[in-house]
Amino acid sequence: MAENIIKTQNGEWEMVCGLEIHCQIISKSKIFSSASTEYGADANENVSFVDVAMPGMLPVLNEECVRQAVKTGLGLNAKINNRSVFSRKNYFYADLPQGYQITQYEYPLVGEGEVVIDLPNGETRKIGIERIHIEQDTGKSIHDINPKKSYIDYNRAGVGLMELVTKPDFRSAEEVGAFLKKLRSIVRYLGTCDGNMDEGSMRCDASVSVRPLGSLDLRPRAEIKNVNSVKFVMQAIDYEAKRQVEVYENGGSIEQQTRNFDQNTGETKFLRVKENANEYRYFPEPDLPPLVLSDEFIESVRNEMCELPDTKKERFVHELKLPHYDASVLCENKETAEFFEKAATGRDAKKVANWVMGDFFAMLNAKHLSLENSPVSAENLGALVDLISNNIINGKTAKDVFAIMVETGKAPDVIVEENGLRQVTDTKAIESIVDAVIKENPDNVAAYKGGKQNLMGWFVGQVMKQSKGTANPALVNQILKEKLG
Amino acid sequence: MAVDNQTVEQIAFLSRLKIDENKLEETKDEFNKILNWVAELQEVNTDNVEQLVSVNEENLFCREDVVKDGNIKNEVLKNVPLSEFGYFAVPKVVE
Amino acid sequence: MTDLTDLTIAQVISGLSKKDFSATELTKAYIKNMQNGRKYNAYVTECVETALKQAKVSDEKYLNNTARQLEGVPLGIKDLFCTKGIKTTACSQILENFVPEYESTVTANLLNAGALFLGKLNMDEFAMGGSNETSFFGPCINPWSKDVDLISGGSSGGSAAAVCAKMCAAATGTDTGGSIRQPAAYCGITGVKPTYGRCSRYGIIAFASSLDQAGPMAKDVTDCAILLKHMAGFDEKDSTSAKIEVPDFVKVLGSDIRGLKVGIPIEYRSDKLNLSIAKAWDLAADMLRKRGAEIVDISLPHTKYALPVYYIIAPAEASSNLARYDGLRYGKRIDGNSLDEMYINSRTAGFGKEVKRRIMVGTYVLSAGYYDAYYVKAQKVRRLIRQDFISAFEKCDIILAPTSPTTAFAIGDKSMQSNPINMYLNDVFTVSVNLAGLPAMSLPTGLCEQGLPIGMQLIGKPFDEETIFKTGLALEQDANFKRK
Repeated sequence: MAENIIKTQNGEWEMVCGLEIHCQIISKSKIFSSASTEYGADANENVSFVDVAMPGMLPVLNEECVRQAVKTGLGLNAKINNRSVFSRKNYFYADLPQGYQITQYEYPLVGEGEVVIDLPNGETRKIGIERIHIEQDTGKSIHDINPKKSYIDYNRAGVGLMELVTKPDFRSAEEVGAFLKKLRSIVRYLGTCDGNMDEGSMRCDASVSVRPLGSLDLRPRAEIKNVNSVKFVMQAIDYEAKRQVEVYENGGSIEQQTRNFDQNTGETKFLRVKENANEYRYFPEPDLPPLVLSDEFIESVRNEMCELPDTKKERFVHELKLPHYDASVLCENKETAEFFEKAATGRDAKKVANWVMGDFFAMLNAKHLSLENSPVSAENLGALVDLISNNIINGKTAKDVFAIMVETGKAPDVIVEENGLRQVTDTKAIESIVDAVIKENPDNVAAYKGGKQNLMGWFVGQVMKQSKGTANPALVNQILKEKLG
Repeated sequence: MAVDNQTVEQIAFLSRLKIDENKLEETKDEFNKILNWVAELQEVNTDNVEQLVSVNEENLFCREDVVKDGNIKNEVLKNVPLSEFGYFAVPKVVE
Repeated sequence: MTDLTDLTIAQVISGLSKKDFSATELTKAYIKNMQNGRKYNAYVTECVETALKQAKVSDEKYLNNTARQLEGVPLGIKDLFCTKGIKTTACSQILENFVPEYESTVTANLLNAGALFLGKLNMDEFAMGGSNETSFFGPCINPWSKDVDLISGGSSGGSAAAVCAKMCAAATGTDTGGSIRQPAAYCGITGVKPTYGRCSRYGIIAFASSLDQAGPMAKDVTDCAILLKHMAGFDEKDSTSAKIEVPDFVKVLGSDIRGLKVGIPIEYRSDKLNLSIAKAWDLAADMLRKRGAEIVDISLPHTKYALPVYYIIAPAEASSNLARYDGLRYGKRIDGNSLDEMYINSRTAGFGKEVKRRIMVGTYVLSAGYYDAYYVKAQKVRRLIRQDFISAFEKCDIILAPTSPTTAFAIGDKSMQSNPINMYLNDVFTVSVNLAGLPAMSLPTGLCEQGLPIGMQLIGKPFDEETIFKTGLALEQDANFKRK
């Protein structure tokens, strides 16, 4: 793992990084109130009396949020705790209506787990999960409408969150990137979080420290808050590790602190000295008795789970004989994998994979379409591959047919029939075209026979043109060679 | 374990309360009286005793995931000291 | 002609049903007493017009035989219960103008049963106090006062005084450390603090969530039984409310108490106990013995720690529960140059002295470094206190004890004012019940040498209010206490 070493003129260093990731739970209503979680409503519309902490209001737990967190825990091979306890984290802030956040502290819902990440060099690494607990999200303060005031919108206040804490197992930004992608893929597969970092439904704080290579001590760390894309998290961590190395090498020291990432400069900036954990005054939430889950409940959640990306990938490799790379690409996203599998059923999977990863992805990209809005269905893409395999059309015609499928959404066999694109495999028909071309071009025939062998390509082109592309190219080649001698 | 003026001020800030300077001594004394009084508990042997956070021994019940609240903006904003454009308005929050 | 306001709820319902008088007449009689009794400062908000409107509706229901079970019964509501469209302040300046857009479950239950509300009753600010003197609206005066104004007790002082002075047929109260029982005792009325979880806390302004419980305060045991039946019940909006069926408490009234084992906690017999209260306690035990009950000595060894435990846990929870009063979304706001300044200004001006004191104690005992020594320790001793009761209830069915070590004292009493702990000591017989989550009743059984009411307390097993009611009725009949 030589690439994980930060080398300077004076020595070699290693980064130690752990993540805290807040994932908004997918549920219809909030974690402790029955108001909607829908995104994009007018200010303070999706707000109940509970969400703005009116006097006398009490929290009531949403079962779906528990289910989703348990599902996520199972997806990360983590231990589900039969008994967990809600706590209050006390602090004053405008977007925190109760003056405390209901969260879990000593007894989280999900305990230790493990995720295997795939690194770009083909290696894999295990990253430990410390815990996942559930809690409520805060509202939003808006600072840019009025220069003297802040405006508060509580639509987001009370939306369920899963906070996932990893062990400090990361040694490079690359590993962090691979982990975030993996996590995102898993929660999306499970349907427990939509994983959009840019919209804030997945938010990542990274704790970074460095130490001389070979040392095992942990030095004070900097926590980088709320960076909104995988790429930026990686940039921030890289920058921060190098910055700390520089500080140490210049004889300085690092204080435990919180830092912001500036995406314009790619730098992290000092925000504040890490607030004393003392100030949160955690204590068990007296409005909610402990949450006790039966083994039956946990099993029922397990039974609801879909196949996860790693398992699916293995299956694609072993059952469908796809190369590792193809399987990885196709399994990154559940919808793609399902689209592919539908298209590939009963066919040569590799050929289908080529089409999906090639022309099909290119088309979606070019047209800025999502998979669900694709004009080409999985069934039709599969049928197109069948037409090629059965020599009904050739590869070149297939591309034209595909273009028409994109425009019209029609099935490929219909397009072939309507446009007379069926490949000509009738030797006699091709022979007659070849004869005509030879007859019409005596000069080129003479030149070819005189040694200009590269004219063969020109003859093939002429024949294909006259057949409107429907002639089988292999047959054309063969007949031309015979006739021209 | 006596509390000093500085601690009283720190606790006041954590509670978002302000104590008049001329009331600081008095507040501190009262505070210490109460803390000394409750410190009597230290003499109880609580080895192997679990905390009793709630007398309620039932398990937490959960509700179904159904939206049936919200869309009551007027009611929610009814008692607000200052509201603009449907938001709660406060002095500028500087991060 | 009998004064309608002398009637108990049981008598009122019978009279209304027989059309002896109308709900409007009854309501007007109470309104008259409210006006004459303003000197007691029991009501902080009067709802005369809406009450009369509701009475009219009730009268129609009696006419067309659609009357509900509490139809037309005029009640007073402690100002800690949120009442939709009616100012609800917790008697704090910080909520001086707060009008909730929602109804607490308990008051909603009462309204649905046909009761009507005469107004909101005085109390200690956020229910923190034992004398009603911490109310932003000033102390409520005990109707038993003679030459000196006496406290009505607290925190539900307004409820106790209003019932005592016949300014409502009955009232709601809440009890966190004795707030129903102690004022009931001081004003010579009957009050019940039900088992924790029996009544929903939804819409009741929270003081200490693990201890708060609503209950009825009324002229007698039967009225408390009638009211509690309607107030109680599982509520899906309160995760701590119990999924246990509510029995018809009225049905057990009058049943025999022969063979009932009544426990007398030896630790409550202290030298500090007022002599006439000690006598009243013996007398009450005797009355029950004569009815065939067996009196047994029991021990609650951790009794002396109940107050320190309570004065750690209650402030801890309160410090967090009261964080929401920050001047941002509702309540008093005093602007500042920053958000923190606004918080500090609003809270410093909006909360009274005792509330601030408890918030700070609560903040302190929850801070890291002190959390284990105070909060965790207190929760452990709390378990021992509850264990004491569990053991005691292996030897007895119900516990008899005084409600308070004293009777009502003067407003502004020097010793109480000079040291907050002296005031806290009045809760010595009541707080254990909250810490253990048990049901208890206070009922008047006699007068002290100064001619002031003495309250006796009956403490039952969890969710066994029925034994309390039947024992209470027996005691009430034998004590034959003359209401004010």
